[in-house]
Amino acid sequence: MSEVLWLVPTIPLLGSIILLCTEGRLPKLAVAVVGSGSVGLAAICALFVGMNVIGTGDWYYAETLWTWMAVGDFNPSITLYLDGLSLVMTGVITGVGFLIHLYATGYMWEEEGYSRFFAYMNLFVFAMLMLVLGDNLLTLFLGWEGVGLCSYLLIGFFHSDPENGYAARKAFVVTRVGDTLMALGLFLLFRELGTLEIQAALDGATTAWPDGSGINTAICLLLLGGAVGKSAQVPLQTWLPDAMAGPTPVSALIHAATMVTAGVYLIARMQDMFMLPGPAMHWVAFVGLVTLFISAFTALVQTDIKRILAFSTMSQIGYMFLALGVGAWSAGIFHLMTHAFFKALLFLASGSVILALHHEQDIFKMGGLWNKLKIPFASMLIGSLALAALPGTSGFFSKDAILLTAYQETSYGLLFWVGAASAAFMTSLYTTRMILITFFGEVKTEPHDHSKINMWGPLLVLCALSIGGGWLGFMVLASYMGDGGVPLEFHADAIALLTVGVPMIGILLGYLIWGNQAIPVDKLAASSVGQRVQRFFHGGWGFDWIYDRVIVNPFVRLAQVNKSDFVDLMFTSIASLTAGIHRIVKRTQTGELRWYATNMVVGLLLVVLIVIVQA
Amino acid sequence: MTALYLVLFLLGAGLVACLSERLHANAPRWISLLAFVVATIWTAGIWLGGIDPSTGFYAAGELSWIPALGINVILKVDGLSLMLIGLTTLLGVIAVVSSWSEINENRGFFQFNILWVMSGVVGVFCAYDLFLFFFFWEVMLIPMYFLIAIWGHEDRSYAAMKFFLFTQVSGLLMLVAIIALVWLNYTNTGVLTFSYEELLNVELSDTVASLLMLGFFIAFITKLPSVPVHTWLPDAHTQAPTAGSVILAGILLKTGGYGLIRFTVPLFEEASRDFAFVAMLLGVISILYGGYMAYSQSDFKRLVAYSSIAHMGFILVGVYAFNELGMQGAIVTMIAHGFSTAALFMMAGSLQERLHTREMSQMGGLWIKAPRMGAMTMFFVIASVGMPGLGNFIGEFLVLIGAFKVNVPLTVLATIGIVVAAVYGLSLMQRSFQGTPNPQVATMQDFGFREMSVYAIMIIALVWIGVYPQPVLDLAQPTLDALGIAL
Repeated sequence: MSEVLWLVPTIPLLGSIILLCTEGRLPKLAVAVVGSGSVGLAAICALFVGMNVIGTGDWYYAETLWTWMAVGDFNPSITLYLDGLSLVMTGVITGVGFLIHLYATGYMWEEEGYSRFFAYMNLFVFAMLMLVLGDNLLTLFLGWEGVGLCSYLLIGFFHSDPENGYAARKAFVVTRVGDTLMALGLFLLFRELGTLEIQAALDGATTAWPDGSGINTAICLLLLGGAVGKSAQVPLQTWLPDAMAGPTPVSALIHAATMVTAGVYLIARMQDMFMLPGPAMHWVAFVGLVTLFISAFTALVQTDIKRILAFSTMSQIGYMFLALGVGAWSAGIFHLMTHAFFKALLFLASGSVILALHHEQDIFKMGGLWNKLKIPFASMLIGSLALAALPGTSGFFSKDAILLTAYQETSYGLLFWVGAASAAFMTSLYTTRMILITFFGEVKTEPHDHSKINMWGPLLVLCALSIGGGWLGFMVLASYMGDGGVPLEFHADAIALLTVGVPMIGILLGYLIWGNQAIPVDKLAASSVGQRVQRFFHGGWGFDWIYDRVIVNPFVRLAQVNKSDFVDLMFTSIASLTAGIHRIVKRTQTGELRWYATNMVVGLLLVVLIVIVQA
Repeated sequence: MTALYLVLFLLGAGLVACLSERLHANAPRWISLLAFVVATIWTAGIWLGGIDPSTGFYAAGELSWIPALGINVILKVDGLSLMLIGLTTLLGVIAVVSSWSEINENRGFFQFNILWVMSGVVGVFCAYDLFLFFFFWEVMLIPMYFLIAIWGHEDRSYAAMKFFLFTQVSGLLMLVAIIALVWLNYTNTGVLTFSYEELLNVELSDTVASLLMLGFFIAFITKLPSVPVHTWLPDAHTQAPTAGSVILAGILLKTGGYGLIRFTVPLFEEASRDFAFVAMLLGVISILYGGYMAYSQSDFKRLVAYSSIAHMGFILVGVYAFNELGMQGAIVTMIAHGFSTAALFMMAGSLQERLHTREMSQMGGLWIKAPRMGAMTMFFVIASVGMPGLGNFIGEFLVLIGAFKVNVPLTVLATIGIVVAAVYGLSLMQRSFQGTPNPQVATMQDFGFREMSVYAIMIIALVWIGVYPQPVLDLAQPTLDALGIAL
């Protein structure tokens, strides 16, 4: 009965088509039913197929729908491929996706373009499912570009504000830089192995280049380029904070739980190639390390609650990259899953706060909300604990596994561990700061909470997953990820204890700074050095500043200079030369007899002169 | 003789449409529409009729014309020709509908010109006699000149003259090359003929072959157009009436690509191979420079015009990659671009009709006033940005994956073009339909049934090509096999 797999992406697509074609004429309730119902149905189908596939014991199921195109030896098909990895992804996309859709039916109720919103959201779910279910890289690329498009459409959903449009375009263009690298990777892969089918390519690579080769490394790095763009890792990370311009459910679904983890999925999917000898794995690990470190510091000084979460997302995806780079495949995907739970929870909870405060996003204008917005507060707290990886929460299991595996890496293990652990410390610090400033202290804005069950229901489910999701992960992942699952045993050595203890120290310090204010940081922050450091962190370590000056501004300025196309000068100058000669020659035609006679005489004299000189 | 009848049918319809204005002011556009609908169905009929096994063509016919000079009316329709003819007649329908209410003067003569341009184009796509080919090449030029010069916008006479001169001068180079080729064949074999199939095997020295190849090449890349002979296009497109732009971008540019595939490459295969690097380089420059120039524009229509140059660059890259993938990619690009750009030019026309300007600084936030127009623009911008699942992506991806096998650095540069496409495409969207609503635009009439049905045709076409391009590829495949070049 696995044949219904094709329904999983098709139902959301249909939902999107229905909503687009009705042009917003459906009643809001119908839109809500179609919009969230289609994702819910897809989730049920996915669950059904997943159980079936696991039940057969094959661990994978492939279904060819049609041959996309056939030109010579290039004949990619539209084939859906379900295995452990894509099942986890599908589960997250449809499951968490459904909860977020449900939440959005309430969150977006008062907004213009209700139907358009769900049309884009459903289209996104379709594209994301194609991305993870595609059995060849071209289908994956279809989903890859599709989610980028939906991300663009949804970031700029409130399109009357030019700022939103700017953020949307930035997201699309920056990720497209990565997509270009990825496309080149596909070209190279096809040239070398003659196929884009993932399993065939992996087999081909491992048999053709068992000892690794420059080409394999090149392909891996090009794919990494695509992953870096989509997953907002250094150096293509700058779009994600701006992407927070989109409605909060969009941030939860696309910019936290699913799309931004596509890069992690891609690398995990191509793991056989990455594991061949060569520097590719180290690149992945270092990209992750640098990103998780930089963005943890940046998150600490943000004042916009969504931007805090955005930098936190980058940082957490950095952990996933680090995990992939040290070969902890299961741990990486495990963290992807738990992160989807708790970060979706954090975003949705912050959405409830933002909505209750009439679209106020500055945490310094919040405060004292803990007993006024009880469910959002509880959700935020649980999400934060999972984010900070406190023992018992889902985030703890996954992050702990990553840190410990990173430590065991042979060449840079200690560096990886120190970087990741200090970022984990920062994580608990900025999380504590966010909670304390948002929910405690004096009340600065009076909240008005109107949320109904469609909004707090999903929060509660996600709370449960954020706490208990770790156990789910062991069940789902342990058996069929490439490396045999996440290590369950815990050593009692110093590193392991430190790994567990670091977040708690962070929380304690955070409490001392922002809770009872035992440690005064205001003076330090107000000093000129402190100001400068804050600005540097706040601006995301100057990446935007450099890109603007080196790429964007010259590009724009040159465009203004050459608006009228200098190549045309080549042709217009022929025209003006002809016209110029015409004007000069025309002047000789004065119609005056004397002038003609003089000319004739001068001409004659010249002729005579030439004849004489020649002779 | 079906092809000849089709050409004559369109020519005749042009005359009838012209004269019918005396009966009723609206008669010409109805006749024109009817003629294109009939021609489209007719073409579909030819397709369904399949290849005639005795000739190997969908339709083939030969008539004596000027026997003394070896000139005959030879018209043959193979898969490539057929799909381009189909695109022509279908875009004919779209062009007529798109200018339904735009033209108020000389309606009869307007439709006459449209029908005659299109019959010239159909002729170009199936002429197998070089003289006849050149004849049709001119037939499509002159009515187009009138369309721009009479019904164009403020700068029409400059643009029309520029268009005419570029096409004419480059066309003359081709004429010289044709005559030289015929003459050399005559001195070699003693047979005076303009027949394409007989001229395919002329013995030429390398230098002569290169020179003659250049004659054809320059004519075709001027039409395509490629940098550096592209500068007629932004002016012509911007100034032409909507139907003119639709025809220019949708169809006339494709005659350049068709010419390269049908004539330049098979007639001078060796010379073309030697020249491939330069041609691909020109293609890459067109992609990047055209895209960049598109971004620089503030005129909606001019931006779309420059984007066409960028897209046509892919055709040059694909054709001169000299492999099946590249060639097929170039052909799919031709078809897909025909729809996506025609749609955007129609949009420019609709905006100008409503706002009396093409300047995007006078627009902004139009989505709120006309959501259908906004959604349609978004769709076709996305298509032209190369979104997988829509036609343009298939073409460009095949071109790039084919070119990568031949020349990595050039392919890398061409691939950067897809980033540039995103930059100018989204900036078009932002400046016209998104952002702060322009207070000077109080209301704007949204699309109705007539416009939406035309757009629906183009959406279906692009989705079809994007999701299942096989019919297009299968149609073109025998042509590529028969070209006689080793791909």
